[in-house]
Amino acid sequence: MGINFSLMAVLTLVLVAFAGVKFMGLQMFFGVVAPYAAMALFFTGVIWRVLKWAESPVPFRIPTTAGQQKSLPWIKSNGLDNPSTKAGVIGRMALEILLFRSLFRNTKLEYREGPRIAYEWEKWLWLASLLFHYSFLVVFVRHLRFFTEPIPFFVQGLETVDSLFQVGLPTLYLSDLAFIAAVTYLFIRRIIIPQVKYISLPADYFPLMLIFTIGATGIIMRYVTKVDVISIKQLTMGLVTFHPVIPQGIGELFFVHVFLVSILFAYFPFSKLMHAPGVFLSPTRNMPNDSRIVRHVNPWNYPVPVHTYAEYEDHFRDKMIEAGLPVEKE
Amino acid sequence: MKIYNGDKIIPGILIGVIILTFPLWLARGKAAATPDIKFDTPVIQKLAVKQCVLPKETMRTSHMVVLNDWRDAAVRNNTRVFTGMDGKKYDINLQNTCMECHSNKTHFCDQCHNYLGVNPYCWKCHIEPKETK
Ligand code: HEC
Ligand code: HEC
Ligand code: HEC
Ligand code: HEM
Repeated sequence: MGINFSLMAVLTLVLVAFAGVKFMGLQMFFGVVAPYAAMALFFTGVIWRVLKWAESPVPFRIPTTAGQQKSLPWIKSNGLDNPSTKAGVIGRMALEILLFRSLFRNTKLEYREGPRIAYEWEKWLWLASLLFHYSFLVVFVRHLRFFTEPIPFFVQGLETVDSLFQVGLPTLYLSDLAFIAAVTYLFIRRIIIPQVKYISLPADYFPLMLIFTIGATGIIMRYVTKVDVISIKQLTMGLVTFHPVIPQGIGELFFVHVFLVSILFAYFPFSKLMHAPGVFLSPTRNMPNDSRIVRHVNPWNYPVPVHTYAEYEDHFRDKMIEAGLPVEKE
Repeated sequence: MKIYNGDKIIPGILIGVIILTFPLWLARGKAAATPDIKFDTPVIQKLAVKQCVLPKETMRTSHMVVLNDWRDAAVRNNTRVFTGMDGKKYDINLQNTCMECHSNKTHFCDQCHNYLGVNPYCWKCHIEPKETK
């Protein structure tokens, strides 16, 4: 169900952009209005949701970690998996964000004969998602050549490395291959593993299909049908400098590509894609486990009238001594 | 609304926004120079019909495909003649065909390529036309 719905949604978006440009001449809408609107929605939406998250206090440490916490000096503690210092937390966050460490721990549960439960080694999801995110990043950074003038050195450097094997002209980018392979794997995984398929919703299929189609249109544009990239850069630089222009003779496929990207950005704040800013705010990852060192106070505690033991003893000392109970102060 | 850990979250948001809008800061609203390609080379000026080997629109988007086909034709199949538009015949040769007409490489090929950060590696082996400045 979710698959058909998402497929229809993406196909509709492609057709809308294609028909709008081809038959109705809506270049201005798909090339300027939609990208600006999507960017506005993206930034306000993401900031709004992050601030919404920030409204929840997280006063206490949540040491759901896989390492020994710091306690007595002769018990060996794990400074990275259960950090008690800021540096340890930065290390843990860096590994999480750059290498998806918690996904690396993924295992697969299997029932063997017996019946007996076994946890299988399962690194493919980690590998594919790492490949996916890094190839996406490379494609994204390479796209800066459309949005900067002069083009920064690292964009050109990345291009050179990415087209290392100099296959064909225009040279084949390795990140394009990696990108399509990884998205395809992530999609196939969702539909062939029964348990994963069972829990997959349109909200899971739609972004995958959208991203696949963005990559596919880009790749077709570059290697197959060809577009006038010079005019496209005039358009994109017009967007960046806030003097939008629509040069003549840009193929429809470009507008389909950009419209799908606009949809992706507009959809971002309302979707699971928010895991990107969200990873920075993971309470189980971004707090040092220093509960034994620092006293953490819950900010929504209201003042409670307390009666400490010292006060209690002051109150009842005479009676306690009379009854033969031990007291701390005579 | 009350924000917790604002000392970390607000700078985080700011850094994210600044990085993602980096092209805007680089451009600061100034219009960028567009490539200025010239067709005023001696060979082109002598042409009766000023045209390329294929229609202009095709060349604009697909000249690298043409070059790739030329390279394959010459190096792999030893085909040295290309029949272009209107049945006109051209020698398959980067240096002596393309660059004879487009001998103003810095005011032609490089104009577009620098604009888009394309850096064809061809000139490591093939010789660029000598240009009089
Ligand atoms: C109208 C602008 C323009 C002109 C003029 C032009 N090019 Fe290009 N060229 C491009 C663009 C744009 C690309 C990159 C296309 C892409 O990235 O999809 C390119 C790519 C190439 C490539 C492939 C590079 C790679 O690594 O993928 C070669 C080779 C090339 N051009 C050769 C030439 C030669 C030789 C000339 C001069 C005779 C020339 N071009 C003139 C715009 C131009
Ligand atoms: C006979 C001379 C001649 C030869 C040979 C030639 N060109 Fe051209 N080329 C021209 C002329 C003239 C134009 C302008 C065409 C026009 O305005 O209709 C042109 C246009 C172009 C354009 C489009 C520029 C634009 O306006 O966007 C490119 C790119 C290009 N040539 C590349 C090449 C490449 C690559 C080769 C070799 C495969 C080549 N040319 C061979 C004469 C030539
Ligand atoms: C490693 C050196 C090298 C590089 C780099 C190189 N070529 Fe060549 N190219 C050659 C050699 C050698 C020949 C064979 C010349 C012959 O047989 O006439 C050749 C032949 C060609 C030919 C056909 C005949 C001729 O003399 O022009 C074309 C067209 C061509 N190359 C295009 C390109 C393009 C376009 C690029 C850049 C994308 C490129 N080459 C990069 C070495 C190179
Ligand atoms: C989420 C963001 C995007 C993704 C994942 C994406 C993906 C891709 C991919 C995979 C390609 C194939 C070639 C390459 O890798 O360079 C491509 C090409 C292209 N993309 Fe995108 N794209 C995105 C955003 C954009 C935007 C915002 C624009 C312009 C407004 C754009 C314009 C183009 C153009 C013009 C090409 C053809 C390049 C060429 O012919 O060399 N893309 N895109």
